[in-house]
Amino acid sequence: MHKILIVAEHHDGKLDPATARCVSCAQKIDGEITLAVLGDAPAAVAAQAAALAGVTRVRTVAHPVHAHALAAAYAPQIAALAAGHTHVLAPSTTFGKDLLPRVAALLGVAQVSDLMQVEDARRFVRPIYAGNALVTVEVPQEQTVVATVRTASWPEAAATAQPAPIAPQAPDVAPPAHTRFVALESGKSDRPDLQNAGRVVAGGRALGSAENFQLLYRLADRLGAAVGASRAAVDAGYVPSDLQVGQTGKIIAPALYIAVGISGAIQHLTGIKDAGTIVAINKDAEAPIFEVADYGLVGDLFKLVPELTQALD
Amino acid sequence: MKILVGYKRVVDYNVRIQVKPDGSGVATEGVKLSPNPFDEIALEEALRLREKGVAAEVVIVGIGPADLTAHLRNGLAMGANRAIHVATGDAVQPLTVARVLLKLVQKEQPGLVILGKQAIDDDSNQTGQMLAALWDRPQATFASRLDIEGGTARVVREVDAGLETLEIDLPAVVTTDLRLNEPRFIKLPDIMKAKSKPIETLELASLDVESGDHLRITHYAPPPRRGRGVMVKDVAELVAALKNKGLV
Ligand SMILES: Cc1cc2nc3c(=O)[nH]c(=O)nc-3n(C[C@H](O)[C@H](O)[C@H](O)COP(=O)(O)OP(=O)(O)OC[C@H]3O[C@@H](n4cnc5c(N)ncnc54)[C@H](O)[C@@H]3O)c2cc1C
Ligand SMILES: Nc1ncnc2c1ncn2[C@@H]1O[C@H](COP(=O)(O)O)[C@@H](O)[C@H]1O
Repeated sequence: MHKILIVAEHHDGKLDPATARCVSCAQKIDGEITLAVLGDAPAAVAAQAAALAGVTRVRTVAHPVHAHALAAAYAPQIAALAAGHTHVLAPSTTFGKDLLPRVAALLGVAQVSDLMQVEDARRFVRPIYAGNALVTVEVPQEQTVVATVRTASWPEAAATAQPAPIAPQAPDVAPPAHTRFVALESGKSDRPDLQNAGRVVAGGRALGSAENFQLLYRLADRLGAAVGASRAAVDAGYVPSDLQVGQTGKIIAPALYIAVGISGAIQHLTGIKDAGTIVAINKDAEAPIFEVADYGLVGDLFKLVPELTQALD
Repeated sequence: MKILVGYKRVVDYNVRIQVKPDGSGVATEGVKLSPNPFDEIALEEALRLREKGVAAEVVIVGIGPADLTAHLRNGLAMGANRAIHVATGDAVQPLTVARVLLKLVQKEQPGLVILGKQAIDDDSNQTGQMLAALWDRPQATFASRLDIEGGTARVVREVDAGLETLEIDLPAVVTTDLRLNEPRFIKLPDIMKAKSKPIETLELASLDVESGDHLRITHYAPPPRRGRGVMVKDVAELVAALKNKGLV
């Protein structure tokens, strides 16, 4: 029987949907699923975690240091909770990427990054070279499997009316004093979250300025869509860094992705391969984005985007 | 203070690699190799800290085959004081790299280790975090700003929710994100100067690093292809198609 420990990600008292995606992945591995919720006051998040179908139990650890997800404080606690488990999973978000290798090293085992498919309990498929190749990796028999889950590859687990039991647990490791949270600056908006939105409108270097990005925000508002961007648009300062989609940004899988003035570099494409339908608007008919687009429209974005926004009224 | 910088050689980011037809690996023969872009950013940051007087010495580390010398000379030409080449014919995975770096940390006693957030070949994004754990020191991953004052570093990190600021005590491990800086270009005279800078070569086997607990890669496959779709002639046709699919 496999015993799978999932580290829950949460923000402002809400369970991040990435955790429910990890639960789907764990169901494929097959076994008992324990969710670990660390926080300064984890009860509310624990209740949300307990309501996910497939979860066997929730363990909470409350400590003031866990008010922010510091990997240095989380890792020893998760490593301690990992005892008796065959698998430890976390989402392949910046939270999970920061934390899980630290856990793996404490356990003295390798880590599998960006788990896309489960072949069996120890064999997984993951992408390398910006998704240009998929490898099957096997974790040695005696090792705990420690893996981050590529969230775009997995659906959110459903909710259940029979919540799993919640067991609070006393913290049993001393948190380090060498790492201190100072601040989080987030451009909070009412728009859907980029990683979980059903529709995304993304812009590239061609937008030319932060002001011009308003064109895309208007289109996104019309569609109830999140806004994303290429690296070039982020580097140029048109939009904040948390909007970057791609190999080294966010990997997303919306039902609809509209790429505006984005050339379609391999590093960008790897972030949108799992989108349901890709629309590309670009003035260059030879742009590589058209090789993956379901619908391509050649022309000037400054004319076409307002037209499209209006047509959706 | 001394800064240790990870400096890995990878397939250039412009190369579209191909999986070998028999699924045994990717074809890397004859393709262009370059420093990992995140490691160039790491080195640039270390050099700036030296120029500001925060650091006295910048040491680059490359773990890989015997022919890594030319690659390390690049980093020396960019400005590193010296290089350590840990020689091995094996493909090393992040846990092994972290264990090797720990040995070097114990020997060199750096005040700061700067690595890339990920190597763009294996896309693991693990080594810095693993080193920090083994070393039992702080980590600040995905850094887009680094300020050092006395024994602490203030690091702004690119996280999914926005920008997070941490304060960490040194020594520590920092991993770089794209916006930390723009690496300088190497000038011709620097290439000449780099020829006389020292490269120390150590055999990985001589470092007494645990190994043998690697992930086994059993198969390589190309990703499923997304078919090319259709070109629409105008916005009206696009909207009709999207409506038809129930997407708008
Ligand atoms: C280590 C590394 C990591 C990277 N990670 C990422 C990543 O995670 N995500 C990412 O996106 N990139 C990433 N990149 C960068 C990537 O290689 C490309 O440089 C980047 O995606 C290009 O952005 P772009 O398409 O906006 O710009 P460009 O390539 O400059 O394309 C602009 C496009 O706009 C079109 N255009 C111009 N004007 C108009 C107009 N008026 N109307 C319509 N179309 C117009 C042009 O025809 C062109 O196709 C990475 C690169 C490296 C080296
Ligand atoms: N073979 C290597 N030689 C030198 N540095 C390395 C090596 N492998 C990984 N690193 C460092 O660790 C970082 C993260 O790599 P990875 O965890 O493999 O994605 C890289 O950007 C390098 O700074």
